[in-house]
Amino acid sequence: MINLSRRKLIVSGLAATAGASGLAVAARLAQKYGLIPPDHGGIYGFGETLTYASQRLLTRHSLAREFPRNRISPRPFPNYLDPLTEDFKRLQAAGFADYRLSIDGMVHQPASFSIADLKSCPSRSHITELACEEGWSYIAEWIGVPLSHVLHLVGVHPQARYVVYVSMEPDTWDSIDMADALHPQTFLCYGMNGSELPVAHGGPLRIRLPRQIGYKNIKFITRLTVTDNLKRFGKGCGSAACEAGYAWYTGI
Amino acid sequence: MATSGSAQVPVEAFSSRVSTAPVTNPAPRHSALVRVAHWITTLCFFALLVSGIEIVISHPRFYWGETGTVLTTPLFQLPIPSSRRLVPTGYGYVLPDQNGWSRALHFEAAWIAVLTGLLYVIFGLLTRHFRKDLLPSKADLSWRALVTSIAKPLRFQRPSVAEASSYNGLQRLTYLFVIFVLFPLVIWSGLAMSLGFVSAFPWSVTLLGGRQSARTIHFFVSLALVLFLFVHVLMVCLAGFWSRTGAMITGRTGTRKEHA
Repeated sequence: MINLSRRKLIVSGLAATAGASGLAVAARLAQKYGLIPPDHGGIYGFGETLTYASQRLLTRHSLAREFPRNRISPRPFPNYLDPLTEDFKRLQAAGFADYRLSIDGMVHQPASFSIADLKSCPSRSHITELACEEGWSYIAEWIGVPLSHVLHLVGVHPQARYVVYVSMEPDTWDSIDMADALHPQTFLCYGMNGSELPVAHGGPLRIRLPRQIGYKNIKFITRLTVTDNLKRFGKGCGSAACEAGYAWYTGI
Repeated sequence: MATSGSAQVPVEAFSSRVSTAPVTNPAPRHSALVRVAHWITTLCFFALLVSGIEIVISHPRFYWGETGTVLTTPLFQLPIPSSRRLVPTGYGYVLPDQNGWSRALHFEAAWIAVLTGLLYVIFGLLTRHFRKDLLPSKADLSWRALVTSIAKPLRFQRPSVAEASSYNGLQRLTYLFVIFVLFPLVIWSGLAMSLGFVSAFPWSVTLLGGRQSARTIHFFVSLALVLFLFVHVLMVCLAGFWSRTGAMITGRTGTRKEHA
């Protein structure tokens, strides 16, 4: 066992040095190309980083599967909803005429949109699957305006890296990187299966990310903040879900 | 002091080696790579199993095809309580939600297992490990040999001494099946549930019959792997738990009185 020759020692020393410097170079490249998720710390950071980095390299522009209309699930499952807040009920009583989506942060023109404003933007739809981390899934037609269109309207600074989105539900917020924010299937969604988006499904406005798990598709979106740094939001790991122990990136 | 100490080490190491190593078989029973890969995979397997069970508890219903929710008819439902209140289980209580860390642990362990498995397969091919140690010979595959290798453990007969340094045909086939069928299938069906992965490789899920089919396949392949684990540990116990486990740790088959 202990017959370590000088040659073996030199070779393994060189290999270890090469390995360590390789890792250091990989880490710098990953940082540079935005392959490190905001929740990269802790014991699960290694796995989270590998998943996020490899999916960003493989899937940056890939499209979620779309289905023919006859495969739309007859009864979409809305999942559990916390009791609605008084503020929300007031807006609901007025037919959401006063509901607003505000956009601020690293944009040229901070703005505020009503649902009618959003509906006057070019409308898009896709028939995609909503999959929950628990295991269930259904297919629906989702109608809305691509987030990229709205971001284009307000003008995003070139150094922007993330879009933070906040729900009217208490303590509910999340964020996505610019690859997802500018992805053509990422919608500010106000319609479902040919009609208004039901409140149970997040109406009047939900973010729809068909390449990520259900809990990332937050309901009742009311505020967007464009930023280059997630450290300033909450505990700094990018989402309320992350603070509750759930991964920030949910392409898996 | 340091120099005299280090000068003595090789002598001791050498003498201890001579006294314990089997004289007839200087090559290790399992190569270092096999041993390291085995124990990393063992750790990952338990992490994946525990976290997988935990994730299933949040929705113990299984479906076939693309979609499935509590509003649709399941293929079957496990008779266990759930960690989600909207799942109809017949139990009057809801278990605490553990999916956050379970998912994180599941994917991290999967990464480590897959990377280890890749290294193992590459080196296994390069060192002819599969051909030498796992590919059964024609004689191994004769009916008589196969029947013997099933009948012996069923009668709780310990394996012969010769079997301590090699595998019989049935064991070879089983290991090859686990390594080249079950593991790839469990990885594939797992990846087919990744929304990001299937956006780049949609065939990976459509070939399996849809997202829910992939989940159900993932469940059954995991069951098969658990079954393998039980039989594997049973066989190790039958052959002599400490000698076989020792061989997988140190690489040596002890020649002391064991029923190797």
